[in-house]
Amino acid sequence: MEAIILTIITAATPLLLAAMGELVVERSGVLNLGVEGMMVVGAVCGFGAAYASGSVTLGILAGIAGGMIIALLFAIMTQTFLSNQVATGLALTLLGLGVSGLIGESFVGVPGVKLGQIYIPLLTDLPYVGRILFGQDILVYGSVALMMATSYVLFKTRTGLVIRAVGGNHHSAHALGYNVIAVRYAAILFGGACAGLAGAYLSLAYTPQWVENMTAGRGWIALALVVFASWMPVRIMIGAYLFGTIWILGLVVQAMGYGIPSQLLSSLPYLVTIAALVIISGNRTLTKINSPAMIGQPFVPDR
Amino acid sequence: MKLILEKRPQRSAKMALLSPLLAIALTVFFGGVIFALLGLNPLRALYVYFLEPLTSWWSIQELVIKAAPLVLIGVGLAVCFEAKVWNIGAEGQLTMGALAGSMIPVFFTGWQSPLTLVAMLVLGIIGGALFGAIPAFLKTRFNANEILTSLMLVYVAGYLADWLVRGPWRDPDGFNFPKSVNFEGWQVLPTIFGDRIHIGAILAVAAALVLAFVMAKTLKGFEIRIMGNAPRAGMFSGFSPKKTVWFAMLLSGGLAGLAGICEIAGPAGHLQPLISPGYGFTAIIVAFLGRLNPIGVIFAGVMLAISYLGGESAQIDLGVSARISQVFQGMLLFFILACDTLILYRIKLLSGGSRKVTGA
Repeated sequence: MEAIILTIITAATPLLLAAMGELVVERSGVLNLGVEGMMVVGAVCGFGAAYASGSVTLGILAGIAGGMIIALLFAIMTQTFLSNQVATGLALTLLGLGVSGLIGESFVGVPGVKLGQIYIPLLTDLPYVGRILFGQDILVYGSVALMMATSYVLFKTRTGLVIRAVGGNHHSAHALGYNVIAVRYAAILFGGACAGLAGAYLSLAYTPQWVENMTAGRGWIALALVVFASWMPVRIMIGAYLFGTIWILGLVVQAMGYGIPSQLLSSLPYLVTIAALVIISGNRTLTKINSPAMIGQPFVPDR
Repeated sequence: MKLILEKRPQRSAKMALLSPLLAIALTVFFGGVIFALLGLNPLRALYVYFLEPLTSWWSIQELVIKAAPLVLIGVGLAVCFEAKVWNIGAEGQLTMGALAGSMIPVFFTGWQSPLTLVAMLVLGIIGGALFGAIPAFLKTRFNANEILTSLMLVYVAGYLADWLVRGPWRDPDGFNFPKSVNFEGWQVLPTIFGDRIHIGAILAVAAALVLAFVMAKTLKGFEIRIMGNAPRAGMFSGFSPKKTVWFAMLLSGGLAGLAGICEIAGPAGHLQPLISPGYGFTAIIVAFLGRLNPIGVIFAGVMLAISYLGGESAQIDLGVSARISQVFQGMLLFFILACDTLILYRIKLLSGGSRKVTGA
């Protein structure tokens, strides 16, 4: 049981990280559908840097950097060249999958470096809750801290107010003197960093190896999570853990072998994502109340 | 000095024509840069990648075989995207079309008549359209985002195909290989111009011509364009947004399904776990490169087919990974989208301070 909970947490963490980044992006009024692409680039950069240097820290930083570089491409395209955000997001995903496959070709089958778990004497040894509360890897705590920080910044600080203002009505924000494009650039880069970190988590902690397309749709599930959470950080965390649970339960049931086809269990996370989207989207008040009004719309200042 | 984009008074027809060519030119240029970075002679590498596939009859046949599914799916997506319905699950609809069409050879192995093939193709279309109907239903009934639902269904379809081919539909005489029975006689598409190009290519061109007519000359085409570009105006003219979603999803799903069964009844000859090398996703690029215009999509399909073949010849002749074609395809889509900006905007060079805000 303890082992199952531990794997659920590691399965939920990348979803939480990536979805938290996308939440900020969407709150600023931008729809970046390239989460999958940024994540897979983060995964290959993280794995490669850790493999070459032997340092997990460098791997994590490389993952973040990789996600940010490819996010910058999206920012330039959609904010400066005003390209269609949906199409550009798709392009980002296709490019990310291609680039990561090319970079990662030599990493296939290479043993990776694993991010270690923390150990606090006494606390980690506590029965039942010790390892779950005090024996995770550092990024699990980091992802929870990120959620709390994002929530605080978005709703309790001036910076958060500006981000939400830009996403709610970019013309008003512009008229008040805020630099809409700059705010969105920053939000997109933050989203890229989070997605890259989520990818690096996959290739350094969840399964410390490089497999092509190893994100397996998690970037898209993160996008669905943002809708599921109706753009609220705390609900993202609940959603991420819910999805992590479903992901792992499929594997657990598979291991027990009840004669259920493994393919059916493997498709569960995707089916549940659809079900979750349907339930939440059908509820108009829930989706309308928090959804950023300017989402997906390019901003062209009047000159 | 500052670069700014200035909105054109109207769309530039010249740029609309030039932008895909400019995008291809940029892709070729940066492709050369990538080859140089990989330590190759860029000119020779570009020749091997882009031109060598056009130099032999064998590879031209291969080009047509690869372009056919891309065009079939691409024209459906072009109509879909024109209506601003974002079906990105064509890969899943392709898979379901292949599965539905394969039911005939799997369950009626001995049935041999021209009707066999017709039934397979019709089932392929129905399979793809029904799978496209799921996101359409969820969108119109529950307002669920079709981008996410259609994409999630790609994974579901992939697992279903995998299960069928390894389980109930596996060829009993197939030495335990994950494949269905071999298709024979009327269960295989007839070929044209020799023995490799199958009639899927004709179906693709026919679909493009029909849709070009529909989009340019019929009320349905007008409805699609107005619902995509000015939905409020469309609703005042009495069009229903829900019907547009249904039409776009069923059409693009059906065409993707047809492409799926053509792959299986054509080049493959039996059902296998991997049905396409990502044609459903590449067709998104085809649709955009073709300017969402069905005739343009034919040319774009050939262009993207070259990128697949070029990847293969680059791997054989230059020892570069075939993944390079995915990078080129992604780059191409980026450049198209960037160049498309020039249709609506022109780039202006501002010298410092000459245009301060006046009388704000």
